[in-house]
Amino acid sequence: MTRALITLPKSARKGDTFEIRAVVGHPMETGFRPGADGKTLPRNIIERFECHYNNELIFKADLFAAVSANPYIAFHTVATTSGSLRFTWTGDQNFVHTETVALEVT
Amino acid sequence: MNTNSPHYSPEFSRPESPTRRRVLGTSVALGASLLGGAVWTRPAYATTEEMTAAIRKFANGAAVMPGRVRLAISPIVDNGNTVPVEISVASPMTAADHVTHIALFNERNPQADVVNFYLNHRAGRAHVATRIRLATTQKLVAVARMNDGSFWSHTVEVIVAIAACLEGDEV
Repeated sequence: MTRALITLPKSARKGDTFEIRAVVGHPMETGFRPGADGKTLPRNIIERFECHYNNELIFKADLFAAVSANPYIAFHTVATTSGSLRFTWTGDQNFVHTETVALEVT
Repeated sequence: MNTNSPHYSPEFSRPESPTRRRVLGTSVALGASLLGGAVWTRPAYATTEEMTAAIRKFANGAAVMPGRVRLAISPIVDNGNTVPVEISVASPMTAADHVTHIALFNERNPQADVVNFYLNHRAGRAHVATRIRLATTQKLVAVARMNDGSFWSHTVEVIVAIAACLEGDEV
């Protein structure tokens, strides 16, 4: 069961810039480390993070093995209209996780 | 290993003690041989040339100028497993003038790429943050691409005390 934590204001004034912080529980296994048996552990990382604001892509990121476990990403956006922000993480071994957060714009 | 126990025995405080010398010498040699053995199992580090090549590929051959970008990272890192980084770019972030990409590269991890961010004018502020792994003391370069096609960068050197990526699970 994947857990994600997203921090953003519940409401914002139209035109204001606010920060979004997102963390997802994931080992980000690099594919460079040996396991207990001496064999290299297979890579298992999140490769892509996307944020849609009312179904429009506003931000995305490509992640590589150098991103720490439980990837943390913070960025900004401008409040335009009320609605929802959708966050998607996709990666190795068919990993997909989606979270949706409501935002009220006044 | 060291069988001479009490930490504050008079022998240990005497600078000319041959026993202390020998004990220290042995442990240093042992440590070095352990390290030497570990080096063989490590993945190959990336090189400065690989980082330069990755940046050239990102910039698609265009000139990358220093300036406008600020890569904020602690100059001395205690633990390379989670190193907070923040990258900000001086830009009005309007539809006419904004940042489209921010990429972070490193010199000595197994892979030169760290993370690429894609922004547009809806970001309002060109400021991103994440947490990264650093295998060793090395150089980091943040590169930003503007919507006019120009590239700007900031290079920072960091000293890493405890490396990431290298140790396997405990046997």
